[in-house]
Amino acid sequence: MNMRRILDRVWLGLAVAAVVAALAPLASIIYYVTVKGIAAISWNFLTHNFDQVGNNGGIANALEGTFLVVALASAIGVPIGLLAGVYISEYATGRSADVVRFLSDVLVGIPSIVTGILVYSAIVISFPTPFNGYTAFAAGVALGLMEIPIIANTTSESLRLVPNSLREASAALGIRKWRTIFLMMANCLGGIMTGILLATSRVAGETAPLLLTALGSTQPFQGWFNAVETMTLFIFQNGTSGTPNLVEQAWGASFVLLITVLGINIAIKLVTRRRIVFV
Amino acid sequence: MYSEIEGISVKANSDSAPAVNTIPFDAERHPIVEVRNLNAWYGAQHVISDVSMKFKRNHVTAIIGPSGCGKSTLVRCINRLHELVPSSKLTGNVMLDGVDIYGKQIDVVDVRRRIGMVFQKPNPFPNMSIRDNVIAGWKLAGVRDKKRLDEIAKNALQQAFLWDEVRDKLPNSGASISGGQQQRLCIARALAVEPEVILMDEPCSALDPTATAKIEELISKLSENYTVIIVTHNMQQASRVADFTAFMYLGKLIEYDETPRMFENPKEELTERYITGKFG
Amino acid sequence: MSAFPAGRGRKGAFADDVFRGLVFLFAALIPLILAAYLFELGSHSIPSINAFGLSFVFGSQWNPPREIFEVLPEILGTLVSSLIAIAIGVPISLGVAVFLSEISPKGPREIISAIVELLAAVPSIVFGFWGLVILVPQVVRPVEGLLQAALGFIPLFQHAASGYDLFAGGVILAIMIIPYVAAVSRDAMLTVPRSQLEAAYALGGTKSEVIRMAVFGYARSGIIAGVFLGFGRAIGETMAVTLVIGNSLQFAPSLFAPAQTLASLIANNYGETIGTVPVAALIEVGLVLLGLSLLANFGARLILRRFVRRGAQML
Repeated sequence: MNMRRILDRVWLGLAVAAVVAALAPLASIIYYVTVKGIAAISWNFLTHNFDQVGNNGGIANALEGTFLVVALASAIGVPIGLLAGVYISEYATGRSADVVRFLSDVLVGIPSIVTGILVYSAIVISFPTPFNGYTAFAAGVALGLMEIPIIANTTSESLRLVPNSLREASAALGIRKWRTIFLMMANCLGGIMTGILLATSRVAGETAPLLLTALGSTQPFQGWFNAVETMTLFIFQNGTSGTPNLVEQAWGASFVLLITVLGINIAIKLVTRRRIVFV
Repeated sequence: MYSEIEGISVKANSDSAPAVNTIPFDAERHPIVEVRNLNAWYGAQHVISDVSMKFKRNHVTAIIGPSGCGKSTLVRCINRLHELVPSSKLTGNVMLDGVDIYGKQIDVVDVRRRIGMVFQKPNPFPNMSIRDNVIAGWKLAGVRDKKRLDEIAKNALQQAFLWDEVRDKLPNSGASISGGQQQRLCIARALAVEPEVILMDEPCSALDPTATAKIEELISKLSENYTVIIVTHNMQQASRVADFTAFMYLGKLIEYDETPRMFENPKEELTERYITGKFG
Repeated sequence: MSAFPAGRGRKGAFADDVFRGLVFLFAALIPLILAAYLFELGSHSIPSINAFGLSFVFGSQWNPPREIFEVLPEILGTLVSSLIAIAIGVPISLGVAVFLSEISPKGPREIISAIVELLAAVPSIVFGFWGLVILVPQVVRPVEGLLQAALGFIPLFQHAASGYDLFAGGVILAIMIIPYVAAVSRDAMLTVPRSQLEAAYALGGTKSEVIRMAVFGYARSGIIAGVFLGFGRAIGETMAVTLVIGNSLQFAPSLFAPAQTLASLIANNYGETIGTVPVAALIEVGLVLLGLSLLANFGARLILRRFVRRGAQML
């Protein structure tokens, strides 16, 4: 038989095998997290705070902490990211748009643990008491710093897709630039919102920067300038504890976190055609 | 012509019968390419309607007609490029030396090696050198002998009237030369795999008059050793270059004759109207 | 006279200026933040730089009780685990990219693309946890056993293979970079003009030969940029690696020896660091990691900007 034909089949078969190899880990993760996690889920689990010794503990304080920290992160990241994105798309001249977008891309690629170190050195050890130390505030700032470039990029890309004819029409009517921009944003609101949603779900799943800023806690929220627990820290600390009861709870928390994050991403993918990989 | 690229035996060896998927060399009895009752579709669009014609060995045949008449599709059916389009469909036969190239036993890779194609817009591989572009067909088949490949490249470039212009630039990118030179490079690339038929789909439409003239001169020379089928919308080009001309309209073959007779004394009214420029 | 609120007059202009100022201010934050990284990490590392100088990156002792901080083993761990990730992950990613751009029929293409991208959405701690409990015991350890049986005579494969080692780190990183490398490669491959493919087919190439010659050739720069990007992603990953890499402070030249990366080093020392020099050392580790990642990402971005169309990235 023709050697070239055989080799052709082999190569094409390898490509298919690669796809299987890429999909298998996802399937495995979803399977095990669901199977092992469901066992831990109960109303108690979702509504009780962490209980070190007893059997009645749960992820309530972790959920609370994640929610609050991510809220602060978005409060910082969304306005700055949005307007930076507006700058790149609407105000910058050719060269500076490229430069700022380039730098924004570089920021996206900085490891999250390095962001944690930045906030650690700028806030955790440097702020005056009582604002220093491991705090929910520092955690929010760290995650906010991560959100900024993501949202800036998605916003500027969304605005780019709005046709120029709309801008010209608006300007020709004598409408001020800032109002025009709001009009543009209204026109690509879907893209902007999904960008924000994706950035938010991305930072909600982060752990590394929180090690150096939030530290983790067994208590419910004690104020912005105290340590705080999040879902990701919960999974990390309990998953590596070796205690079966705690490990099981870690699976439960993983389940909740995973379906939330994957759910948001799948929903976005279904509604838009947007790619969810940040490059 | 001999070729060592896998799967082809042009002249049968004396002690072994040709394999089922090789095409027997039989010059006298058959025209080299024959199209029989060809119908072709892109999706629901019927682009070729029941076309039958024979192409004479070692001559130049032109196919003319207005845009959308199916002439490009026709040649793409001849080298089996048409089937690469997802929604495409085809019925009928295309015979190469008496063997249906759409037959079940036929290796399409083999067919495309024996029927070469030059495209409308020159498409050299930009990431490969001029030399590597020429021998690309051999490299695809896994041939590695450097000396041999160099010889093949030189030979093909000479046949394409390009050797003298690029002999000192062989390592440069295939895209670094002018449009006319790129097209001759593509011709050399097609010649390097030693085809028997060369299909040309409006090869000069993206080129300036000087480059066009060079290629027309080349086509005449090529017909000494190859069969050339050229699609063109330029009637003057057809009358300059082709021995035979076929006129197509809306997917049908309207008229097919020796070129001088076709242009001076067309039999069909439609042909006459097209030739005299009454519609484009 | 129209009542159209066109924002004329001084009030409108003022709002425009305020908005403009805000936009410029916030946009300026981006380069400022980048500068802050360099400045903060640089300045806070100084006590450590003064204490150890170059031996920080060339020495091999990380000894908090004795206040000796050197990270060569971790640098090696970072680089080697990322290289393993590339060695395993890039072929798979390219296979996926080729499948999606050249082989798959239109229908499944969107769905499979989407599922592969979903891999990037999984939180890294979940990856790590799954790696710790499932991947290593069920997959990595048996594979290591086989490798050791077949190739154990090579020093690279010698070491008690517990599964929690450099190799496992590389494997989990490989899985994590697949969506990134595959996405960028697929985009690059989709920009190959049809005429290039036709030219290769017309010369009598089989499908895989055409892909090798026309697709990989034309999309080469984009693919290389994707690989750099994947490498950059791998060197910065923390949680998944920390949970499977074994966390040893020595670097042994074996795939099956436990190891440490710069990121996992930080993750293992969080919360316990007190004292000027130890804190500065921890921050200096971050600085080194920042440097490495900037190199990889800068390189990738430069290639991407020059050779891959902007439009292809935003699907």
